[in-house]
Amino acid sequence: MSLTPLPLLQQLVLVLAAIVLLTSFVLLAQARLVSAIHVFAWQGALVAAVTTLVAAAGASPHLYFSALLTLVLKALLIPWMLHRLARRLELDRHVETLRWPTLVIMAAVALVIFSYWLVLPMVQERLAFTRNIVAVSLAVVLIGLLMMVFRQQAVAQVLGFMSMENGLFLAAVSATAGMPLVVELGVAFDVLVAMVLFGVFFFQIRESIESLDVDRLNRLKETAEEGE
Amino acid sequence: MTALLLTLLAPVAGAIVLALLRSLALAGWVNLAVSATSLAGAAWLAWSVALTGKVAGLGFRVDAFNVYLVVLTAFVGLTTAIFSRPYMRHVCAQGLTTEAGMRVYHAMYQAFMFTMLLALTTDNLGVLWVAVEGATLATVLLVSLYRTPEAVEAAWKYFILCGVGIALALFGTVLTYFAAQHVVADPAAGLTWSALYRQAGGLEPVVMSLAFVFLLVGYGTKVGLVPMHQWLPDAHSEGPTPMSAVLSGLLLNVALYAVVRLKMLVDGSLAGTPNPHLAGYLLMGFGLISFLVAGLFLHRQRDIKRMFSYSSIEHMGLMTFAFGLGGPLATFGALLHMLVHSLTKSAIFITAGHAAHIAGTQSIDRIRGLIRTQPAVGWSLLLGVAAIAGFPPFGVFTSEFLLLTATMKTQPWLTPVLLSGLAVAFAGLFRHLHPMVYGSAPEGQAPVQANMVPIAVHLGLVLWLGLAIPGYLAHWLDRATELITGSHLL
Amino acid sequence: MTAAPWGAALLQALLYAALAPLLVGWVCKVKALLQNRRGAPVLQPYRDLYKLLVKEARVAHTASPLFRAAPYIVFVATWLAAATVPLVAVDLPTAAIADIIALVGLLALARFFLALAAMDVGTAFGGMGASREMLISALAEPAMLMAVFTLAMTAHSTNLASVIDHQLAGGIVLRPSFLFALGGLVLVAVAETGRIPVDNPATHLELTMIHEAMLLEYSGRHLALMEWAAQIKLLLYGALISNIFFPWGIGRSFAPAGLALGLAAVMLKLLMLGAALAVAETVLAKMRLFRAPAFLNLALLLALLGLLSHVILEVGT
Repeated sequence: MSLTPLPLLQQLVLVLAAIVLLTSFVLLAQARLVSAIHVFAWQGALVAAVTTLVAAAGASPHLYFSALLTLVLKALLIPWMLHRLARRLELDRHVETLRWPTLVIMAAVALVIFSYWLVLPMVQERLAFTRNIVAVSLAVVLIGLLMMVFRQQAVAQVLGFMSMENGLFLAAVSATAGMPLVVELGVAFDVLVAMVLFGVFFFQIRESIESLDVDRLNRLKETAEEGE
Repeated sequence: MTALLLTLLAPVAGAIVLALLRSLALAGWVNLAVSATSLAGAAWLAWSVALTGKVAGLGFRVDAFNVYLVVLTAFVGLTTAIFSRPYMRHVCAQGLTTEAGMRVYHAMYQAFMFTMLLALTTDNLGVLWVAVEGATLATVLLVSLYRTPEAVEAAWKYFILCGVGIALALFGTVLTYFAAQHVVADPAAGLTWSALYRQAGGLEPVVMSLAFVFLLVGYGTKVGLVPMHQWLPDAHSEGPTPMSAVLSGLLLNVALYAVVRLKMLVDGSLAGTPNPHLAGYLLMGFGLISFLVAGLFLHRQRDIKRMFSYSSIEHMGLMTFAFGLGGPLATFGALLHMLVHSLTKSAIFITAGHAAHIAGTQSIDRIRGLIRTQPAVGWSLLLGVAAIAGFPPFGVFTSEFLLLTATMKTQPWLTPVLLSGLAVAFAGLFRHLHPMVYGSAPEGQAPVQANMVPIAVHLGLVLWLGLAIPGYLAHWLDRATELITGSHLL
Repeated sequence: MTAAPWGAALLQALLYAALAPLLVGWVCKVKALLQNRRGAPVLQPYRDLYKLLVKEARVAHTASPLFRAAPYIVFVATWLAAATVPLVAVDLPTAAIADIIALVGLLALARFFLALAAMDVGTAFGGMGASREMLISALAEPAMLMAVFTLAMTAHSTNLASVIDHQLAGGIVLRPSFLFALGGLVLVAVAETGRIPVDNPATHLELTMIHEAMLLEYSGRHLALMEWAAQIKLLLYGALISNIFFPWGIGRSFAPAGLALGLAAVMLKLLMLGAALAVAETVLAKMRLFRAPAFLNLALLLALLGLLSHVILEVGT
């Protein structure tokens, strides 16, 4: 398949998916927390846009509802909650740089290549234009995972987790034209509850270790001496 | 159908009521009552399944495999609720947690029960995922209930690691749905396990293998398979004792159930390919590694509950290995093991809770002379550990014996590996147990008020199952074995 | 070999030299307007070049012959590189050497002599400017090549004319890889031509100079040639970006009408590009030198993502 025979709408979907991948890279390396939250909001909006375009191209009406759900939840509600939390936790101007930025970005690129290789045998002639987006969505999931591993700030780890959920949603849209509505609602509900719990958690963590640097949560170790 | 709805809706109603109830004393009794109702519903459900073979409808499916897990879950939920009523009042009185915390505890307890029962009875793979994730979310706040730095750290680790694992399982579910699109005509039914199982041969093998890897890593994180087990010792040891009991006894089973259901699909899909036992080999590999690693780590532990959580990892590894081995003998053994491990482990955790209460600490080095201070606790701990280590005549011995026989028949070279692993674990457990039970009690150690009824009931059941499995239970497990492997044992 | 194509090629080369100061003047004018000043007239750079050309060129007594030769080498290399980039027409005879890698090589040649001559005189500013320039270009070149390879993979050739032809043949196609390559190339262009946020073209503060530091010792016609070369380089990158990514309007034939249309089209595009550059220079602040690597890593990342999205999203196997 080359690009030119596809109608413009579907080309636009591919462009948007590529920008989603870019946002996950930016999220990985973004030092300022508030900017990272905004980038995450954009990622959610882009995923919702991709869903809408796939719905328009494939004429599956229930995807419009999923797109609306994603937009409201991932682009508006969750970033707003995170923003509010950041303000209450006094993290407004917090800047946290990655420890080994070059290595981490290179690892992210390697993950993109790995996810492409993994998905390749599966999607060869199977799908319509959305098939290559499955590789992109798996890459977004794995880069979210990488972000959770390498960022030390708790809020940044939550952003990584939510970015994984974005990638999963994109995978569902691109591979299968959306999961049954009841499942999507359940997943959205779980994500929302998870967000609320994260909010509660940040306060608990800050109370117990006076900071949100998760690296300091290290009392429970295999080699710990006399613990509780 | 009514039985199923009763079993599921009782915890939901209970959660809502308990969230609003202010009186702590009443909350404990309400919790107990709701759990009893749920157990009654489960027993009725089991009766219906025994009569008709399967209860299905409204997106649920209760067959021979999951009905006994449903009954087990409801039962252990009830006994733990009985234990937790006075225990948590005492904890609250000690000031370890607040009144608001207690409301959260009781409400989340029932919510947790609901999500586990939902996961066990649903026919939809997507709803299964939602329920397992829901179970994680319901318990996360409970692990950090005591608000100590260690508890908060344990809960955070639990949340993050299980969240990540579950996200990978969702990707596997999406891939399964993707494979199903070409086999099941109606897209809305694409995630229904029953429909997929009927058409399993038509599912694309490459896609299903990839999906299974993700699902195994994802749900395997919740089972506690090495190397995704890091959250387990922390979460099971830092939460309140009733939480440790249900997490170890029940949630691990539910996650393993999910893995086995999916393995059934993958086996059907890979049946004609040159590599038909891929799922089985993966399960065996992960199971064996978990079993061996956990047994070794057991020796290093300084905290009594951490030690028993590693024992849980070890047993879950053994069960995973057994399911991976396949064949009626191993599967029957694994199903029996799920049952007896659940009962024994929850009893052990309850006893460990009492022991920690007596000694004032969870550290193994400082718990001494339990048998002198409070013989009931000392003896239960001794018998519990004997049971979990696989001593006859307890039930664990029977299931492990079945597993070893199956291993000798199909993979004989693995038998010495299993035996040495069992020996290592046994040594570790008893090495730590002996001074705790028989050492000289420190000054001023006094017996505490401890409700030994749940422990006695659990250990008694395990003993009974070890001595003589009742006919209907054996028949029940046999039908489950037939469902999973396609052939009978008995 | 007919006369018309070669005539058109010569015309294009002369146009490059002639239009370069105009572009710089336009950018300065827009910047001034944005800063609420009237600013110098758009033709001011021509007057500056003329002023420098008629002045006496003074050379430091520590300079070697290299110092005298460098301006000419730099100017010729840059002009030659520019002459190959299609400005008004695509299928020129010079298209045969319009290979992107050759382009990068010629620019590298110019930069090499610029830096060498800067160090030749032995002043501190020259050495400092040369080392800073080498840092920037060492990081910018891989990004540029990566962006170029992304384009080349789609067009199956590294020849600029082929790339533009391929683009024109396809009609309006939205490619993610081109989008990323555009982003990467824009960042690289900003770095290589020494504009804000990488380098300030109007500064003479030690802390902030890169390109200017290398030119400090020149005077008279030498300085005129160096400045002109820098202006041609800016026009080169502008023409590269506008004609590769938005090639519509470029002349396909050598008829005067086609050439005139191509000229009008490219001037329009450069006008807009110049205005965008002026806005960016006004809005952004110059980065610390040690943050330039991060800037260029972003360019490399964009180009790499372009390559990856080409392989993943645009090519069926």
